Amino acid sequence: MLLIDCPCCGVSGEETEFAAGGEAHIVRAGPGSSDADFASYLFDRKNPRGVHFERWRHAFGCGKWFHMVRSTQTLEVFGVYKADVTSPPQDILDRVEAARAEGRVK
Amino acid sequence: MTQPNRLDDGGVLIDRSHKIKFFFDGKPYNGHPGDTLASALLANGVKLVNRSYKYHRPRGIVSSGPEEPNALVNLGSDATHEPNIRMTQIELHDGLDATSQNRFPNLDADIGVLNAAASRLYPAGFYYKTFIHPRHAWKYLFEPVIRRIAGLGKAPTHPDNSQYEHTYAFCDVLIAGGGVAGLVAAKAASEAGARVILAEQTERLGGRLLVDDDAEIDGKPARVWLEETIAALEAMDNVTIRLRTCCSAAYDHNYCLLYERSGDRGEAAQVRHRLWRVRTARVIAATGMIERPIAFHYNDVPGVMLASAVRDYVKLWGVSPGEKTVVYTTNDDGYRTALALHEAGRTVRAILDSRKDPSGPLVEKARAAGLEIRPNTGIGKAKAKRNKLEQIETVNFDKPEAPGKTMYCDCVAMSNGWSPVIHLYSHSGGKALWDEDAVMYRPDPANPPRGKDAEAMVFVAGSANGELTTDAVVAQAAEIASEALSQLGMKTSAVAPSVTAVTETTTVPVWCTPSPGKAGLGGKHFLDYQNDVTVADVALAAREGYESVEHAKRYTTLGMATDQGKLSNINGHAILGKTLGKTMAEVGTTTFRPPFTPISFGSIAGRETGNLFKPVRQTAMHDWHAAHGADWEPVGDWRRPYRYQRGDEDRDTSIHRECLRVRNSVGILDASTLGKIIVKGPDAPKFLDMMYTNMMSSLKPGKCRYGLMNNENGFLMDDGVVVRLDEETFLCHTTSGGADRIHAWFEEWLQTEWFDFKVYVANVTEQYSQIAVAGPKGLELLGSLDSDIDFAAVPFMGMAEGTVEGCPVRAFRISFTGELSYEFAVPVSFGLALWEKLHAKAEALGGGVYGTEAQHILRAEKGFVVIGDETDGTVTAHDVGMSWAVSKKKEDFIGKRAMERSDLTRPDRKQLVGLLTEDPNEVLPDGAHGVENGKAIGHVTSTYFSPTLKRSIAMALINGGRARFGEVIQISTAKKKTIRAVICDPVFYDKKGERQDV
Ligand SMILES: [Zn+2]
Repeated sequence: MLLIDCPCCGVSGEETEFAAGGEAHIVRAGPGSSDADFASYLFDRKNPRGVHFERWRHAFGCGKWFHMVRSTQTLEVFGVYKADVTSPPQDILDRVEAARAEGRVK
Repeated sequence: MTQPNRLDDGGVLIDRSHKIKFFFDGKPYNGHPGDTLASALLANGVKLVNRSYKYHRPRGIVSSGPEEPNALVNLGSDATHEPNIRMTQIELHDGLDATSQNRFPNLDADIGVLNAAASRLYPAGFYYKTFIHPRHAWKYLFEPVIRRIAGLGKAPTHPDNSQYEHTYAFCDVLIAGGGVAGLVAAKAASEAGARVILAEQTERLGGRLLVDDDAEIDGKPARVWLEETIAALEAMDNVTIRLRTCCSAAYDHNYCLLYERSGDRGEAAQVRHRLWRVRTARVIAATGMIERPIAFHYNDVPGVMLASAVRDYVKLWGVSPGEKTVVYTTNDDGYRTALALHEAGRTVRAILDSRKDPSGPLVEKARAAGLEIRPNTGIGKAKAKRNKLEQIETVNFDKPEAPGKTMYCDCVAMSNGWSPVIHLYSHSGGKALWDEDAVMYRPDPANPPRGKDAEAMVFVAGSANGELTTDAVVAQAAEIASEALSQLGMKTSAVAPSVTAVTETTTVPVWCTPSPGKAGLGGKHFLDYQNDVTVADVALAAREGYESVEHAKRYTTLGMATDQGKLSNINGHAILGKTLGKTMAEVGTTTFRPPFTPISFGSIAGRETGNLFKPVRQTAMHDWHAAHGADWEPVGDWRRPYRYQRGDEDRDTSIHRECLRVRNSVGILDASTLGKIIVKGPDAPKFLDMMYTNMMSSLKPGKCRYGLMNNENGFLMDDGVVVRLDEETFLCHTTSGGADRIHAWFEEWLQTEWFDFKVYVANVTEQYSQIAVAGPKGLELLGSLDSDIDFAAVPFMGMAEGTVEGCPVRAFRISFTGELSYEFAVPVSFGLALWEKLHAKAEALGGGVYGTEAQHILRAEKGFVVIGDETDGTVTAHDVGMSWAVSKKKEDFIGKRAMERSDLTRPDRKQLVGLLTEDPNEVLPDGAHGVENGKAIGHVTSTYFSPTLKRSIAMALINGGRARFGEVIQISTAKKKTIRAVICDPVFYDKKGERQDV
């Protein structure tokens, strides 16, 4: 059971307080999008053995959605950030790169 | 009741001044406080304690700890009954009542032993090969026979009346294991100021130091150091010591489970088992080692035991399992057992050592004691008489074909080296490395289980790390503890104790002993006692292509019993490697999975049983319903009155009365469970236009509109009436089961996609009671109320606010029955008062209550859909004939793009239709399929007998159904019967909707 820090209310809580929401930064394909883009929006999801950018909700806490970057392989957490952005903050990307350079994650 | 195998002295754990009476298979025995059930039975000379699972071979106690594969018993009876408990972990208490398992009719004369005679029929993969075909043979032949003869303990027949609980704890360092390594680590951590929990699975601290006290620590005898160290730890405020508490698991981010058997000792305990849920910064696994058995012909007869266990029984409990013992060892440690027996005055018939030239202090000590040592020799064969060991035959490793020497003995103490207990290291992904020199798997320090900060979170101390001698154990434990502490920014002032220990040489393991006089293996060499897996089985699996260790495990069931292969895995993997010509490292190992030993269901459930299992949601009128004959229907977590029963009338009678009451006079319904979500803010209209398929921004304040909600796949997910309270405020009703889901759905879109929208949402479902008043006498009822609302002036799909009988209400003129109908929303504290008032008025008019089933029939008569009945997650608004609710003007809404997909627009999709059976009294079964030319063309979604129409009606989703009105189709039922029905418009009653819009 993961230990998760909520970037919205600051609570560090058990995974059971949170709900997982799948891959982060999926761009919505609405009316006018091509079949391929729409299918990808609905169904294509990464399932890496390694670094994963994912959505979580502090469902039994403050109720807020946020993002978490973690390794599905080692369960290392590279950082959490709020949901109202379209790409991850640079400092978290830097930590991911550092871990890759050390060979800790793929 | 004498105890023939109890030694005259010794036994540091038992209190000889007291006797305890206990029962095994109904027979009384005596033991002492401090005994385990295993030690007490051995003291009483009981060798045969169980029958094996597959062959029903007689089995005895093998070990002295949690690794025990054979000695499983049923404990207690009725409400205290618990199966499959290891005798070696049961503390003896007065009146303890245990029964053996897996035997019929009794242990000594078991008919299942026929299995053994037929054992050629039970090779590896037997279950795979035999039970696949013919299919019916399983049901009528194999299963009934196997169920009676095989199987472990009996399942309890009564509800468990014991108390169990969960408790939460947090610490810096959790130490698993209270042996010497755990104590050294605890000392270091406590003196560094860390919050420490020390969990020990037995009732004592000290581990093997209590048995093997031949080392000196800090210049003192081991026993003295032990007492001083325990006293020092107990005096520390920052140390919590829990005995009888097994660290069962180390999950992600060091979430650990401790299983405490706090009340298993006979006395009336408040809590029988306690499950600790611990978050710790670091785990130190000081979990020790488990000795490995040796495979030889019939190495499973009662009396064949692990050497360390034999020594434990002598030293801890003053019991010698045998009169005359043969020690069969592949290492120095086995000599300790021989010496212990010798010093206790028992006969050591011989020490058989697989090594050509055994030497070292322990060997010399045995030699000096005059014990017979036979190098390069093993046990080729064991032989039982009357279900216990009677003799063995030796085998010379260089000349296995030569006949061996027969030795009479009633106990064999075997030692094949040790396997570190690295379970906690691997539970969350730590890797194990095969150490060829030490002949064991050790934790791989380069691949530890990692915490969220990427640091190693489990540290393995002492013999669990593969250290064999006390000096190495202590030194390594001190070092690894300070490494763990320095990760936490802590430094210990504790100095590692200095140790003088006896040196030992490493083991030269024997994975399978050849049988004397035979070229091949001959006979059964057991690897996994509990699942009856032999060397030949594993070799056969390898030859049949099950080369991967994971495949061989499943094919043979090696290591898949309740002991999870604690004794058998390494030996089995070695046999697999030998057969395949691979090294141990190449064979690899299976993954250790929690829990370390089985934990009780009670401990998992904790207090969350009965009424606390899942709390029930109740409306303000719940008790009123209960007092008026409510027959409950679960709806989500709610309970709603399905119908109100009068006397002992049947369901249909109540339901038909309630339906006709609404059609002919007036009925009231508790609709409080409907979801109620407030959506508020300048962008609320824009937001709801995205959420619903129809336009909500055009709704005028004070008006209601029925809305449909899609998911992004274009399928219906919820529906309900939306009320615009003012320019910026909407009240969205959802289905009863959907309130939480839809609220979360709104939040998700607002927080993750349109976070620029200025909108708040709040789930106010439980803040309001809601009451529907429906029927032709509705206006008459409302006119008799003390209210400032002019109900007749409220138009269909309109709303009014005011007071009714002193209650502040919102009245919505909406209808789910097709009748003239109002729904009142009142603050929940007024709910019951208004309900009682409305009920009295309704009764006065010849009306009354109606329940959910009447509501369902009434809406079906009108062809109104229910999300979850007419829809199943693959149904669109067009499919159910509600294209009128799908906006063509809006540029975008959830699911709009998906509804353009070709599959969702094809004309032959399943479409909602009505069905009228040719026989009006025949009600179609729910879910039954329409069949045409041997193919299913759709299914029944709702089906009732309509009291209004006095005939059966049904709704169904039928391929291209809307173009087929008037056609007769066949509905196939589960009873192989076919019912003919005519496809029709799903609105059966008041097609023009005149009754609701008077
Ligand atoms: Zn939060």
